[in-house]
Amino acid sequence: MILEIKDLHKSYPIGDSSLHVLKGINLSVKEGEMAAIMGSSGSGKSTLLNIIGMLDEADSGDYILDGLPIKNLTEKKAAVYRNKFLGFIFQSFNLINYKNALENVALPLYYQGMKRKERQEKALFHLEKVGLADWAHHLPKELSGGQNQRVAIARALAANPKLLLADEPTGALDTKTSYEIMEFIQQLNDEGKTILMVTHEEDIANMCKRIVRLRDGVIMEDKVINQVRVEQYA
Amino acid sequence: MLDLDLWREIFQSINKNRTRAILSGFTVVFAIMLFGILFGMINGLNNTFTEAFADDANNVIFINSGTTSKAHKGLQAGRRIQFENKDLQYVKDDNGDKVEYITARLYKNVTASYKNEQNNYNVRACHPDHQYLENTLMRDGRFINQTDIEHRTKVVVIGRLVEKDLFLRTSALGKYISLNGIMYKVVGVFEDAGGDNEERMIYMPVTTAQFIYGNKEYIDQINLTYNPKMDFDQALAFSNDLEKKLKARFSVAKTDQRAIRVRNMAEAKKNVNQMLFVLKLLAIVIGMGTLIAGIVGISNIMIFIVKERTKEIGIRKALGASPRSIVSIIILEATLITSIAGYIGLFIGMFILRQFGPALEEYFIKDPSVSPSLLISATIILVLSGTLAGYLPAKKASKIKPIVALRND
Repeated sequence: MILEIKDLHKSYPIGDSSLHVLKGINLSVKEGEMAAIMGSSGSGKSTLLNIIGMLDEADSGDYILDGLPIKNLTEKKAAVYRNKFLGFIFQSFNLINYKNALENVALPLYYQGMKRKERQEKALFHLEKVGLADWAHHLPKELSGGQNQRVAIARALAANPKLLLADEPTGALDTKTSYEIMEFIQQLNDEGKTILMVTHEEDIANMCKRIVRLRDGVIMEDKVINQVRVEQYA
Repeated sequence: MLDLDLWREIFQSINKNRTRAILSGFTVVFAIMLFGILFGMINGLNNTFTEAFADDANNVIFINSGTTSKAHKGLQAGRRIQFENKDLQYVKDDNGDKVEYITARLYKNVTASYKNEQNNYNVRACHPDHQYLENTLMRDGRFINQTDIEHRTKVVVIGRLVEKDLFLRTSALGKYISLNGIMYKVVGVFEDAGGDNEERMIYMPVTTAQFIYGNKEYIDQINLTYNPKMDFDQALAFSNDLEKKLKARFSVAKTDQRAIRVRNMAEAKKNVNQMLFVLKLLAIVIGMGTLIAGIVGISNIMIFIVKERTKEIGIRKALGASPRSIVSIIILEATLITSIAGYIGLFIGMFILRQFGPALEEYFIKDPSVSPSLLISATIILVLSGTLAGYLPAKKASKIKPIVALRND
């Protein structure tokens, strides 16, 4: 079990009252899974992903990542864990705009303390993998949305994380590009990467192997589905 | 600190915001420039005064006599006060170890000649102690000694320029020089930091001068240095006491300013030192004020930069940047801008001093310059200021929550 969540609660203070966003979530993810977390806005899906990503902390409940209990982490420790275990893919790519593709991909390796030369070789290897080796020295603004998302995926892969977290990875892309990205993510999963993504698009969710549906802070449905391969659309 | 990659990150970020970095550094450039110029000028003033005092020992007291300006104890005003050997002996005996060196002075104008060269000079007849009072440096031979005083030997010690004038390019040592027709042996040649006039002086034993030129007992002036262990207030009390006793000895009114004058150099020196101190303080206050304005300016811009880079910092944190690495990026960036700006200011200031320095000499500002030690302290101040300027923004940056920074809006 790579990820285990038990009775997770989270609420946010709003003025005097508080908003109960997650009301007792139980979720386990095995290695090699590809799960979509679905739900309408306000269902708590992004909060859940943020807690899994250690960007936010739960009020109560257990969260165990690869055997390590994630609780009361100092900022420093959280930084180390994020760097070591997690790869993030965001809707808006979140690349650093004054760094070229290669430098962006190399950034997590920099925070691992890797030497510059080694870092660049490794970053270039991952860029090659997403098919952007020729674009290594371009800035994000010189690349298309799909290319930027591929740079972001290369960056998420660079540190060789145990778990890839994707927050609406196709949200900012057109259908054709979305499918290209999904095809790529499916390939990663084929290679054994565990992937957890938040989406509200049915067709994207159906390209995963499991769908977890959230409503009002509780899991309504958690089922394994027949994966739709992107190639089938072509 | 020596992490090359960290510096690369910082240069990349400064380079990205070049205009902003230049603008934020401008106040610091100005502050340090002002600081440098002010300090240089005060150094120049200091140089002028140091040179003025270089001539004499710091703890010297001059005792002069004149004519009385007030009638006292039945004696008329206008009476001439004349010091004699016994008065010097009195001052010496009465004060014990409060007196370090003491000498009489007797003035005489002479025509000196050697072979075909001839010129007029001032002769100062004195005791051996005079050498220490006047900071006379012997270049050749010796100064007047006690044997000269006891035997009234006909010897003289001449200034470097006297030798140059009369002996041309030859050494005067051991040769005989004629002063108003009487031959004296030159036993020493001296140098003096006090300038050309001091180096055109001739010294001779006071007893010799008294014997040859005038009354055997008369002396014109008594000079002494007080024990250097005395502090300023003690020295001042000492000279006041001396003045009072001498006035009583010569039956001069206490309020008579002309008959006996005791001039304590410590007083003049203290006044100058106080003035220089106040000026330095002023420069520090003005310089620091401007520097603080500069720090606040940089700090402000760094806060703005942090705000603008919130998202980037969030991304970095999500990718595993520790709070410390974020803090060091911001602080080092601020320090770098401050330091570079500071040095630019310092060099502009030094350039201005160098360009306009010589023109300031008539305002008592000589060789205005900034010392290397000031450069070192400036570096320390700049690095500290930069750290200070970066601290708050860095703290703010390290508190950024990636979840907030990365929210899609």
